[in-house]
Amino acid sequence: MPAMEITNAAALPADWRDLLALTKPRVMSLVVFTGLCGLLAAPELPPIVLGFTAILCIALGAGACGALNQWYEADLDAKMRRTAKRPLPSGRMERQTALHFGVGLGAFSVILMGLAANWLAAGMLALSILFYVLVYTVWLKPRTAQNIVIGGAAGAFPPLIGWVAATGHFAPLPLLLFAIIFLWTPPHFWALSLFVRSDYAAAGIPMLPVVAGIQHTRRHIFIYSLPMAVAAIAPWPLGLTGPVYGTSAAILSGVFVVLAVRVLDSRSADPKEMPAEKHLFAYSVFYLFALFTALVADRWIAS
Amino acid sequence: MKQEDEIIRRQRERARIMALLLGAFVVLLFFITIAKIGINW
Repeated sequence: MPAMEITNAAALPADWRDLLALTKPRVMSLVVFTGLCGLLAAPELPPIVLGFTAILCIALGAGACGALNQWYEADLDAKMRRTAKRPLPSGRMERQTALHFGVGLGAFSVILMGLAANWLAAGMLALSILFYVLVYTVWLKPRTAQNIVIGGAAGAFPPLIGWVAATGHFAPLPLLLFAIIFLWTPPHFWALSLFVRSDYAAAGIPMLPVVAGIQHTRRHIFIYSLPMAVAAIAPWPLGLTGPVYGTSAAILSGVFVVLAVRVLDSRSADPKEMPAEKHLFAYSVFYLFALFTALVADRWIAS
Repeated sequence: MKQEDEIIRRQRERARIMALLLGAFVVLLFFITIAKIGINW
């Protein structure tokens, strides 16, 4: 058979770099970090190899969520500048490949978690994957402006899973860690959605700035930052952590609320003139890293 | 580049990575087993 020029990139075997890109490695880093902190904050630590495997499973589960999200949203991603270069919308991969990769990775991560850690942690991991894919991606995201409020629960599971993988049971502290990320997610994503709202509008995704307006979103960012700050500081007065975490959480959350007030005061409708929103978005990522680092430092100092 | 050459190049790359991942998985399973049966190194 004569050799042919490449005419359809998607018909080729998928490049491994594109398969890796499906897992959204940058999002995965935050998930892995919070899961690791949940595990390290637990009162009893598993053997290193089992702890490593539990975190690996959380990472693979997050990768499966990314792949299945991109499989389902390939058409939407093609309409947004931010996502148009991903493997599926740019036509470098068959859609079916992403589906098989995502399902396989998800099933593998759950089974390995069950074998290495415990089946409660595996069940939590399966629940978080299904919640992210079915409840957030398929059901809420295209239908309601509250998508990120309820969907935020999916990203809040990792510290809970890390703790359960280490101990085999629930406790008040990991449930509070769940609440912190759950309440952190709306202001984090709404800050982003303010300066990329034209992308969301073009794709028809009903993010809050698209359906309720910019000022309404700014008010909600501020309102949600208050219970988030309370949840972040709560472990200290409840006696679940020490002053290292408590002081850090109070300072970090105070800065978060101040930045949210600056967003509330902002009046710009031009995404290029939204420094307050961009600062809050960047700070929100740092906030979560710093808060969970303080938690682990506090637990280790106490022990 | 010809399509057949590109298919072979990608298949080789993926086979190499799959071999590495499978090797790492076997090593991981070995250490998980050791940890599960409670042997301290």
